[in-house]
Amino acid sequence: MNKINEHIIIIGNGISGITAAREVRKQGGQAITVISAETDYFFSRTALMYVYMGHMKFEHTQPYENFFWQKNNIQLIKALVQKVDTASKKIQLDRGDWLAYDKLVIATGSRPNKFGWPGQDLKGVMGMYSKQDLEYLEQSTKNCKRAVIVGGGLIGIEMAEMLHSRKIAVTLLVREAGFWGNILPPSESAMIGRHIKEHHIDLRLSTGLIEILSDRDGSARAVVTDKGETIDCQVVGLAAGVTPNIDFLKGSGIELGKGVKVNRYLETNIENVYAIGDCAEQQEAIDLRKPVEAVWYTGRIMGETLARTLCGKRTAYDPGPWFNSAKFFDIEYQTYGWVWAKPREYENQFYWEHPKGKKAIRISYHKETKAFLGINCLGIRMRHEFFDTVLNNQLSVDNVISNLKKANFDPELFTTYEKEIKTAFEKDHSNLIPTNNG
Amino acid sequence: MDKKIISLSLANPEPVNMNGVQKLSVGIGFAGLFIFVLALLNINFPYKAGWLYGSIVFILAGIIIYSISTYKKLPEGIQNNGVYFKSISSKGLWGWVTGIVLTALYIFLYWYPEYLGMGKDGTANKGLVGFFDPLSYFLNGHAATQWFVYGTLYTMAIVGFGYKFILKYRHNKYQLVRTISVMFFQLGFAFLIPEILAKLNPTLPYFSKDIKNMWPLNYYFFEDWHLKGMLGGGNLGMFMLLFGLAMIFIISPILTYFYGKRWYCSWVCGCGGLAETAGDPFRHLSTKKLGAWKFERWCIHFVLVFIVLTTIAVLYTFLGDPANKVLITRNQFTLGVIIFLSVVIAAIFIFRRKQLDTDSKFTLASLGIIVVGVILINFLSGQNNILFIDSYQFRSWYGFAIGSAFSGVIGVGFYPLMGSRVWCRFGCPMAAILGLQQKLFSRFRITTNGGQCISCGNCSTYCEMGIDVRAYAQKGENIVRSSCVGCGICAAVCPRGVLKLENGDEKSRFDYSPILIEKDNIKVSG
Ligand SMILES: Cc1cc2nc3c(=O)[nH]c(=O)nc-3n(C[C@H](O)[C@H](O)[C@H](O)COP(=O)(O)OP(=O)(O)OC[C@H]3O[C@@H](n4cnc5c(N)ncnc54)[C@H](O)[C@@H]3O)c2cc1C
Ligand code: SF4
Ligand code: SF4
Repeated sequence: MNKINEHIIIIGNGISGITAAREVRKQGGQAITVISAETDYFFSRTALMYVYMGHMKFEHTQPYENFFWQKNNIQLIKALVQKVDTASKKIQLDRGDWLAYDKLVIATGSRPNKFGWPGQDLKGVMGMYSKQDLEYLEQSTKNCKRAVIVGGGLIGIEMAEMLHSRKIAVTLLVREAGFWGNILPPSESAMIGRHIKEHHIDLRLSTGLIEILSDRDGSARAVVTDKGETIDCQVVGLAAGVTPNIDFLKGSGIELGKGVKVNRYLETNIENVYAIGDCAEQQEAIDLRKPVEAVWYTGRIMGETLARTLCGKRTAYDPGPWFNSAKFFDIEYQTYGWVWAKPREYENQFYWEHPKGKKAIRISYHKETKAFLGINCLGIRMRHEFFDTVLNNQLSVDNVISNLKKANFDPELFTTYEKEIKTAFEKDHSNLIPTNNG
Repeated sequence: MDKKIISLSLANPEPVNMNGVQKLSVGIGFAGLFIFVLALLNINFPYKAGWLYGSIVFILAGIIIYSISTYKKLPEGIQNNGVYFKSISSKGLWGWVTGIVLTALYIFLYWYPEYLGMGKDGTANKGLVGFFDPLSYFLNGHAATQWFVYGTLYTMAIVGFGYKFILKYRHNKYQLVRTISVMFFQLGFAFLIPEILAKLNPTLPYFSKDIKNMWPLNYYFFEDWHLKGMLGGGNLGMFMLLFGLAMIFIISPILTYFYGKRWYCSWVCGCGGLAETAGDPFRHLSTKKLGAWKFERWCIHFVLVFIVLTTIAVLYTFLGDPANKVLITRNQFTLGVIIFLSVVIAAIFIFRRKQLDTDSKFTLASLGIIVVGVILINFLSGQNNILFIDSYQFRSWYGFAIGSAFSGVIGVGFYPLMGSRVWCRFGCPMAAILGLQQKLFSRFRITTNGGQCISCGNCSTYCEMGIDVRAYAQKGENIVRSSCVGCGICAAVCPRGVLKLENGDEKSRFDYSPILIEKDNIKVSG
């Protein structure tokens, strides 16, 4: 298994690339080189907001101390890969030289979407993805009174929270009728909407961006919305989703779609070339997942899976039941399994909301089989392991309702609402609960 | 590769300005402190008691108004915005000034109390100590000492900043209850009850009347003067002696088994109480470097060996003095200690060999060294010396180096520079013992929630004990660490709901989450 002479090159030092590198190192003695143009060392992209908000310093976003890489014989290169020559198995760096690989892992992540809005390249207009973006934001917001954020998703609300923490007035433009409306059902979306306003963010629903206006120096000075309004601002945040970062692979012979096309083994069409993380596009559907999944967790799982393959144990990517989490200002969100914003025809949904409007759960189950399908939790923490077991074994919704106490993961001494939830459930969905709560 | 990491937050964000009410409240608080300074400068106040109580009220009112104006208007949630931008909490100018002032205060307190106005050899108090006389007479019937002043300020800090902490974390019931608990124990058990007991029993010799202050944190518990004080202290003294022993050998092990060392370190202890309340703005300043963890092991176990051997030496001398009528002889005592420690060590080896990590090996080795030390003491000591050195010499070194310089000057004075738990982490011998038990014989753990960690680092940054919580959480591994004081802040600040402090089945403590693939035992170093 230990092919000492093999050279594995990983492009991208994000969670997927770094996980692959670490897991390969655990199992084998191959030479490993990780190349990234962004930073010297791996850092947690998800924590960039906390640096801007002053909760942490940038160094705190780095999960490993700097000596770690050398100590574990993982070579790091800070450079941009410009070309991949799959025929001669070489890659070219922006500093000019070529590096030879035996196996190549593409883990280049995403970049923010820009939809060709007029003014999208003005000064003061930016996405929020990389460390450079953060530095640019820091610079641009020095004399900023108002910022407009475009995009009602996870990064949009993070940007709103960031700017708000620096006492900058924020307008948040959301195209959908509710915040994160394509993922969150209306009640949850409304709850988050209220909370956003509680934090004095000027939330504008069903509102899109038409163009960004420039001042004389080429800096943004205002945005025009599709409602015909002009909003003065100095900074514009573009947070309308991300796209795989794969332009440099065009012409390499590696099959590309939206992302780098891979099979269940994370192999591309070219032997010894693999893709993982945000930039990979699954050719074959995996349960109800999207072909490109731009989340931290899947990047990590792909990295772990691929490492096994690279070490001689060909392993299929099997992410298990879907889960995700986020935090909207002060309200935490966790989800396990699938709960659709617009219930699918086989779905029954049960919703409970705390009277104060900051906690809620929504449980989805199958109309006929009563199998538990998924849960959204707002303001209540739930145990991952519990729902993983329920979903893997297709247990019934009754089982979940009667075991909510076991499922709860809130800190000790917190008030819990199992009884309320159970009573509410029995009222609306009473035919479900058998006498012996199994 | 470029070794220096340029912190983005150094890019000058807008200064964090205080609002009008905040400024006013700081003004009120400082007015109270200013009266103390005037008293220190020997300004004579007419109606001294009025000024004293007035200044105390001013300080507390300042803290309370500040807390309300800072937190009440914000929605409930984590309030760490700008922590690394504020001078006081990011080792800026105000951080240093605060550190230096606190350090100076401790230096005067321990070694130059006369500059605080402490009357020497029966002369009347002056200055700041004299200023506190009215309160001291009222509570315990004596003139104030520098320790009375200190105790009052300490209690005010825990109560005042405890209130601030409660408002800051009002959405989190664990924090709420825990903070009320430390405030209660400080105000009642450490401050009021001992003073009142002293007043009710004016003729008794001095001994500690704070029943929660246990050996070895209270390092003088077994010193001859203290033992004599308790033995000569009537029923109250006897109670304190027996309760103190019960705390060490019965109550503490039981509570630590069920709840982890947090029952003491972050629910009861005064040192912990100050760290959690007044020290809260500095908790993130503790270093998380691997090197610091290594240093921590050496340092805390050195202190542990030092205090246990010192205590044994002092007891040994005490037992050898025919003037002390005691029930056991020196030989019986040393034999008892050796047997007790050997049984503990053997039990750990037999039952917990597989769970020993480097921390617990260090603690075990320390216990072993103590056994050897006891044997040496027994064989190489004369009537009044221990290992050829006067045993009282040992104890005065401990009192100076550890009891005063470490726990006070560095432990609290360096809050704004090294974080709030420097003493608890690097020095407290009690933490070492409770830590060993927490690691090996306890139901406490921090459970990691499956695969939900995004490696953001909030938990590690805000762990006052310098534990790299994320290193465990991102692997789906539970956190079972000797040094964890169970403050619960990591769980509070985690934006993804990944961490939960729990007591549960001992066996499942070390389980890995079954969701992550990474659970095989192949190790990556570092
Ligand atoms: C602000 C923000 C918050 C987020 N929060 C969450 C969250 O809470 N939960 C969640 O699940 N997900 C979150 N995400 C998404 C998550 O961060 C990504 O899914 C994840 O980081 C992707 O990891 P990756 O390894 O695929 O790629 P990346 O982390 O993007 O790493 C790719 C690296 O490769 C480098 N690179 C690209 N091309 C080249 C080249 N040609 N040559 C050299 N280097 C190159 C890039 O510079 C980059 O450093 C967040 C994303 C952002 C931006
Ligand atoms: S690990 Fe968590 S609970 Fe333990 S001391 Fe650190 S922050 Fe507190
Ligand atoms: S446990 Fe929570 S706070 Fe810690 S790194 Fe993971 S997500 Fe962040």
